[in-house]
Amino acid sequence: MTARRGRRLDFEHGLVELTHGGGGRATTQLIEELFLPAFHNDLLATRNDQAVMHMPACEMAMSTDCFVVSPLFFPGGDIGAMAVHGTVNDVAMSGAMPLYISAAFILEEGLPLHDLRRIVLSMAEAAQDAGVRIVTGDTKVVERGKGDGVFINTTGIGIRMPGVAPSVEKAQPGDAVIVSGTLGDHGIAILSQREGIGFETDVISDCASLHRMVASLIETCPHVRAMRDPTRGGLAATLNEIAEASGVGMILNESALPFDPQVEAACELLGLDPLHMANEGKLVAIVPFDAAEDVLEALHADPLGRRAALIGRVVEDPRHFVQIQGDFGGTRVLDWLAGEQLPRIC
Amino acid sequence: MKFAHEYRDKSLAWAVAETIGRRVDPARDYTLMEVCGGHTHAICRYGMIDLLPENVRLVHGPGCPVCVLPIGRIDQAIAMATQPHVTLATFGDMMRVPGSDHKTLQGTKSAGADIRIVYSVLDALEVARKNPDRQVIFFAIGFETTAPATALALQMAARERLGNFFVFCTHVSTPSAIDGIFATNAARSGQMRIDGIIGPGHVAAITGSDYYQDVAARHRLPMVISGFEPLDLLQSILMLIDQINDGRAEVETQYARAVTTGGNARAQAMMRDVFVARDSFDWRGLGELPASALRLAPAYERYDAELIFGIDYRRVADNPACSCIDILCGVKQPLDCRLFGKVCTPETPVGACMVSPEGTCSAYWQHARHRAGETA
Repeated sequence: MTARRGRRLDFEHGLVELTHGGGGRATTQLIEELFLPAFHNDLLATRNDQAVMHMPACEMAMSTDCFVVSPLFFPGGDIGAMAVHGTVNDVAMSGAMPLYISAAFILEEGLPLHDLRRIVLSMAEAAQDAGVRIVTGDTKVVERGKGDGVFINTTGIGIRMPGVAPSVEKAQPGDAVIVSGTLGDHGIAILSQREGIGFETDVISDCASLHRMVASLIETCPHVRAMRDPTRGGLAATLNEIAEASGVGMILNESALPFDPQVEAACELLGLDPLHMANEGKLVAIVPFDAAEDVLEALHADPLGRRAALIGRVVEDPRHFVQIQGDFGGTRVLDWLAGEQLPRIC
Repeated sequence: MKFAHEYRDKSLAWAVAETIGRRVDPARDYTLMEVCGGHTHAICRYGMIDLLPENVRLVHGPGCPVCVLPIGRIDQAIAMATQPHVTLATFGDMMRVPGSDHKTLQGTKSAGADIRIVYSVLDALEVARKNPDRQVIFFAIGFETTAPATALALQMAARERLGNFFVFCTHVSTPSAIDGIFATNAARSGQMRIDGIIGPGHVAAITGSDYYQDVAARHRLPMVISGFEPLDLLQSILMLIDQINDGRAEVETQYARAVTTGGNARAQAMMRDVFVARDSFDWRGLGELPASALRLAPAYERYDAELIFGIDYRRVADNPACSCIDILCGVKQPLDCRLFGKVCTPETPVGACMVSPEGTCSAYWQHARHRAGETA
């Protein structure tokens, strides 16, 4: 199966070159010496341009996502692990068990092969932990200066459990709003690494696959109305999307919102709202109120859901506002973030 | 969180609010204005209006430096950014402020100009050091809080003989803003009444509280310099109510953990070294105000982007339907504006008050628009 060549790739000092994406021997060498052994599975090993899977008669869920995070490596994760977890989670939020993933890479000429290997091995590890297989892929290389190290696209397919159909337009007045843990960890972990911000923190990204937690949630509450992972735009964006899609409002209880004290402090210092900060390993679930207690118990039993909390209720509101009931008794609107989130200037 | 939660204690806040309720004279109204965007934000963020008696009214003055810059200043920045070999360094808030013909720095960047968001003027200085082939212009905005940092950067640039660093200086002064409000009010035959001012805590940490004695005396105005937490603000409101009830018009400091009478002498010396007052400066909403803004002193003129790049300020009229002017003067509240929440939102701001997160309309949009009957 291999085209024999003299020299193996130098993963210590070598760099990605344009030829690695050219479709010739160098591309084959990268596939053989890096991707195949790392992702290692029967479907990938056929070396076809497509993966052919046998699927049972069922509902399938499919989701795709691009990953362009900077820096590539950050406390608690890297772009590779994120590319697996992110897509696993997007598939899982439909109530499906993710099975297969595709991985496409856009590499920038000059990226150290050492870094690429670290990213690919991290993807492989994340996929193995999650029990999904990376079954097809692609690699392109762009000239130096035309990319930012590496961009990754992953697409995932999963099969949905029969009778389960959560969807963002299903929230109903009276439902409980539950979040699976502390908010804003990923955003602050990334921000702490950005040039020019310069603050030190022990916060690590919450980057994780949530499908097992979703499975136990569904087992407890098959009629979960809606699930979503609050990534970009944070909890604020996710709840506003659900409120808008379902034609309802929400009232959250400020003191019930779970935060890591370090995330709270960093946000305070930088003038940011942790409810607008991205998460990569948290889910929001809207469930019938009488199921809330059991759902919380199920989430608390999962290591990723220990700080799960009931944070509010769905209410009737023709304006579809997500409101926060403050500790003082006053309420405020929790809005989508406009533009990019930026620290205060005066 | 240490040193923040203490100032957000619910039972203490309620106790102060109760005291305010007892001390107010039910036979009169109290109109208090804050002139710092941070205060506006905190008032909305913590729903503090709900805690106050109905006859205590909070109005929001020209407290956000992004909001008070007129359209012509954005046009100037865009013109600078599109000069050959220029890199414009700016705070992120300026990126989406609409200039003439809906042009923004964001759009100018997308069209190819080298515009970079920085978090501090020192980052801009670093961009200049690292890119000797670029002419790096820092878009300096803000009140007396950000001016010392600009002064420091200019002193450093001068020491390093950095030839490719420039400053587009639009620093403005807070007492002038207060004067401007009263001048505008007089021009409108006293349309509004302001009984007291919640003074800007961060500015006063630099300038000292005595800095405000003249302006307070000029307008016989009770003023309390306040911190930014809910308890700070409630205590400041209580102090103002007491002053008003006693017929006093003094400058008092609630934010004593940061503000002294004299302020930060070193920062003030740096500002005196680097800046001089402009003869006049055009403010959004308030118009031309004499000696209300800073420019670079003659010794630093070689860093003055306006002079070096020869791009002059040209006045542009605001959208007549926008109520920013009335809002900046405290005559109207954001929810009174007919554009608010309809054509004017944070995504598509018409007026400056909606652009910056610290602007009054933006604060209302973010935190308080549910108070309107139908706005969304």
